[in-house]
Amino acid sequence: MRVLVLAKEEQQTRAATPPTPEAMAEHQRFNGELVKAGVVVGAGRLSPSAQGKRVQFEGKKRTVIDGPFAESKELVAGYWLWEVRSIDEALEWLKRAPYDGGTFEVRQVSQYEGA
Amino acid sequence: MRQTSLPSDTHRAIEAIWRIESARLIAGLARLVGDIGTAEELAQDALVAALEQWPTSGVPERPGPWLMATAKHRAIDLIRRRKTLERKYEELGRDIERDHDRRDVDAAIDEEVGDDLLGLIFMACHPVLSKDARIALTLRVLGGLTTEEIARAFLVPVSSIAQRIVRAKRTLAEAHVRFEVPGGPERAARLASVLEVIYLIFNEGYSATAGEDWIRPALCEEALRLGRILAELAPGESEVHGLVALMEIQASRLSARVGPSGEPVLLLEQDRARWDRMLVGRGLAALERAERLGGTMGPYALQAAIAACHGRAATAADTDWGRIVALYDALAQLAPSPVVELNRAVAVGMAFGPEAGLDVVDALVPEPSLKKYHLLPAVRGDLLKKLGRSKEARAEFEHAATLTDNARERELLQRRAAECALEGIAQ
Repeated sequence: MRVLVLAKEEQQTRAATPPTPEAMAEHQRFNGELVKAGVVVGAGRLSPSAQGKRVQFEGKKRTVIDGPFAESKELVAGYWLWEVRSIDEALEWLKRAPYDGGTFEVRQVSQYEGA
Repeated sequence: MRQTSLPSDTHRAIEAIWRIESARLIAGLARLVGDIGTAEELAQDALVAALEQWPTSGVPERPGPWLMATAKHRAIDLIRRRKTLERKYEELGRDIERDHDRRDVDAAIDEEVGDDLLGLIFMACHPVLSKDARIALTLRVLGGLTTEEIARAFLVPVSSIAQRIVRAKRTLAEAHVRFEVPGGPERAARLASVLEVIYLIFNEGYSATAGEDWIRPALCEEALRLGRILAELAPGESEVHGLVALMEIQASRLSARVGPSGEPVLLLEQDRARWDRMLVGRGLAALERAERLGGTMGPYALQAAIAACHGRAATAADTDWGRIVALYDALAQLAPSPVVELNRAVAVGMAFGPEAGLDVVDALVPEPSLKKYHLLPAVRGDLLKKLGRSKEARAEFEHAATLTDNARERELLQRRAAECALEGIAQ
């Protein structure tokens, strides 16, 4: 099954503190392990929400709202798409991540809806 | 200790950890003890120990190394008991020392683990084993699937799979198959056997040869996972990337190739908006990796290049059939087979008209190996239908329907036969 792993950071609206080289290296090593295990199928890091836009729908009306989105407590800072055999497997991988802050959300992607 | 409160949570965690670790575990142990059977037993022992201890002690922070250490200690006990394997024991002792020294040198361990995994793949896919045995053993030791799961995926009794695996292990032991990553001239043949197994697993999932379920995506996913792992372990092998590219692109169509009531939808009739663009993109990238490595394209890379022609075409009408024919020509030269020729016929039919395609198919009709292959009459029927020869087309579709074991495919062929009958009336 495919899961979307959302990396959430609080107050990502401010200029995000750049990760230290050590933290980056740790992250890359972990990501490398995931790739070698055939788990990662996609990944991306998002720029701060200050550069983001929102489009709100109300009937026929569309309103564009500029970032930053201060009202959101936890903003998505990055994502992974993983191919795993169960949510539990995703959780076990995630627990191995070398991070000491933030929340990660794991959501299953619905697939094969025609099947 | 990590927080895992309920025992059932722990059990689920252990199951997931097993899925993640078992192949690496078995691989590392197989290198030590030399045979897959013993390695798997030792790994299972470690799993049992985890099931006994973790619910009360909690899941260790690094469960992989815990399992490996537990299994290695059991390996020492086992070898002590056997006594006859003194040389192995020394090796094992050295190995544990070495592991100890290197604990922090992650890159070195990584590489070693990689070699172990590669060794295990080559062993499980050894040509001395039958195809069925290779598939079962690969899914078991590399996929971490249980015997029951493999049996369910292949619609065979559990006892048959269990027997297949036992026999496979025995055959490997009797043939004194060494745990190694083959090099030199042997490597190409051994690698071909590995790729064949992975693609067979994929195809079993992609188009089930029998039964009601037309697709068993879990097998496709498993094959893709194995392919992706292999591509990281052997990045210099262009055919590995070729196979991965082929599987990624084919898998991109999984949801599009089944209609609302489970009926198969043919490639050119698929809603391309439902293709998984991410997988198409991954497939094209893998194909590029294969091409960048240079040399002549192998059969998997060629098939991937054909699949890529479809993947790149925004609509069926945009398909570059000329290029597909050229690629099939190359494939027919490299790996000639009646099935490739049949596919070439379809491409020729699209590029140069049904008459030209029919010429290629007709040359195949006497081919004994295609006598019971439902796609021969199905393709012939399709070309005849395009030529307006609906009566002959109908007979071909009806014949094809009697040859397939797949219920869904049979319905499709019967429907096509019925369409021809209607056309016949209209004429």
